[in-house]
Amino acid sequence: MAQSTKTSIKAVPLRHPLRWAAALYLVLVAAAFVVDASHRSAYDWKSFNKYVFDARVFKAAGVTLSLTVVSMLIAIILGITLAVMRRSPNPVFRTVAWIFIWVFRGTPVYVQLVFWGLLSTIYHSFFIGIPDIHFGHIYLGVHFPISQTASLYWLAIIGLSLNEAAYMAEIVRAGLLSVDNGQEEAAKSLGMSWWTTMRFIVIPQAMRIIIPPTGNEIVSMLKTTSLVTAVPLVTDLYARTRNISDEIYNPIPLLMVASAWYLFFSTILMFVQYFVEKRFAKGHSPLIGVQA
Amino acid sequence: MSNELMVQATEIHKSYGSNEVLKGITLEVKRGEVMCLIGPSGSGKSTFLRCINHLEKIDSGRLSVDGVIIGYREQHGKLYELKPSEAAKQRSGIGMVFQKFNLFPHMTALDNVISGMVRVQKIDKDVAVAEGKALLERVGLADKADHYPAHLSGGQQQRVAIARSLAMKPKLMLFDEPTSALDPELVGEVLDVMKGLAQSGMTMVVVTHEMGFAREVADSLVFMDNGVVVEAGVPAEVLGKPQHERTKSFLSKVI
Repeated sequence: MAQSTKTSIKAVPLRHPLRWAAALYLVLVAAAFVVDASHRSAYDWKSFNKYVFDARVFKAAGVTLSLTVVSMLIAIILGITLAVMRRSPNPVFRTVAWIFIWVFRGTPVYVQLVFWGLLSTIYHSFFIGIPDIHFGHIYLGVHFPISQTASLYWLAIIGLSLNEAAYMAEIVRAGLLSVDNGQEEAAKSLGMSWWTTMRFIVIPQAMRIIIPPTGNEIVSMLKTTSLVTAVPLVTDLYARTRNISDEIYNPIPLLMVASAWYLFFSTILMFVQYFVEKRFAKGHSPLIGVQA
Repeated sequence: MSNELMVQATEIHKSYGSNEVLKGITLEVKRGEVMCLIGPSGSGKSTFLRCINHLEKIDSGRLSVDGVIIGYREQHGKLYELKPSEAAKQRSGIGMVFQKFNLFPHMTALDNVISGMVRVQKIDKDVAVAEGKALLERVGLADKADHYPAHLSGGQQQRVAIARSLAMKPKLMLFDEPTSALDPELVGEVLDVMKGLAQSGMTMVVVTHEMGFAREVADSLVFMDNGVVVEAGVPAEVLGKPQHERTKSFLSKVI
């Protein structure tokens, strides 16, 4: 064996003058834009400052956030259910899931929201039980009236979450497909039931694949909530800021207010996603391949 | 019903579409016996193994483990398909070790081993952990309990997989080419564990290409080709004095 002598290489690193030039140019352009914008009267920064923490805006931001969170929670649970149903050995489950996804992914969310807003016009009540069979006035089931004043907030939630569930189902399905078939076989050979296998073996592994696009969907949902005006729900961030801009005859500062809030929430969501991704990377640390 | 027989297979047929993979397999494995199945790839040996714990459904024939028909219930001379929960219960008594280990990558070695005890047998976690550690020790991996599969070598992973199967206290262990995916220098450690298992009296059916293991450990050796059993007998005889042309040509290529 030859004695190895270790001398680190000393060399002049490659220079990148064009990168520096491009960066400098872009910084100058950005600075010019900012300086110009800070003086431009159309932006009306005074109004921006006045309304960005206005109590009405603050409350509307809360509505937007709760629409996002509640809709996504329902959509994720329903999406997982639909994706698992599509893989079920039961053909009834498979068909129901397929039809749900077909309808809710195949029509625009805006149209769906208008439909939900018209729910009480289309149906006056809804009934669980066996219809058309009754003994005098005793029906085999329960009637739920849909009042004219059905909460617009909840109609918006239903509209947003059912539409999103169809997309989540596809994301979850991709995640489930990414789990090697051998995992299911190993679980089966241990005597695990189909559901136990899904719950403890397949779904936890699929999460790693599911989370990044789900983070994307949450950010997307945050912005889609601005469509609830179709229901029509007008307490969310976008509708409320439009409303205020009608009072001051200038839409621009309030668009900026709304954008600032949307950007603030989506930034937080990005951080949350980072930590959740780390949490589900168990067993997949960069140490892969290192043999202990 | 002879209590002597662990596996009893009669005229097993199995097709995928028009491709008949098993063309009437008749085999018996006695309690405590170690049987090795050898043969070229595509001969149906893995498929047959997978039929034994009902990972594959057979088309015709009769297959029973420990006197109980696999996948069906017999009542008044009629067969009824088992409910998934009943089929799962049957499987839990039959251990299976796969070529690609199929450890659960999101669980540590110990969690892999106790997964069946906790999720299927609903054994108390503390009891399961104690038992799981003992099993890891038995396969020589006591110090790797907290390692994830990705941080274990192939041989170590396969030994964890064996411990995971043993945790269910199976009456029969099936091995589907357990060393085929391993680097050559890691084969020995897995075979050693299997040898120990055989000596402890476990009934084992092993699909393998390890002729040395078959000769040394197996009580019987079955050569399959093209969906049929070509030759079966005591390993030393089948390997030493093969009777059939097909067996001879196969053995000349692998030994």
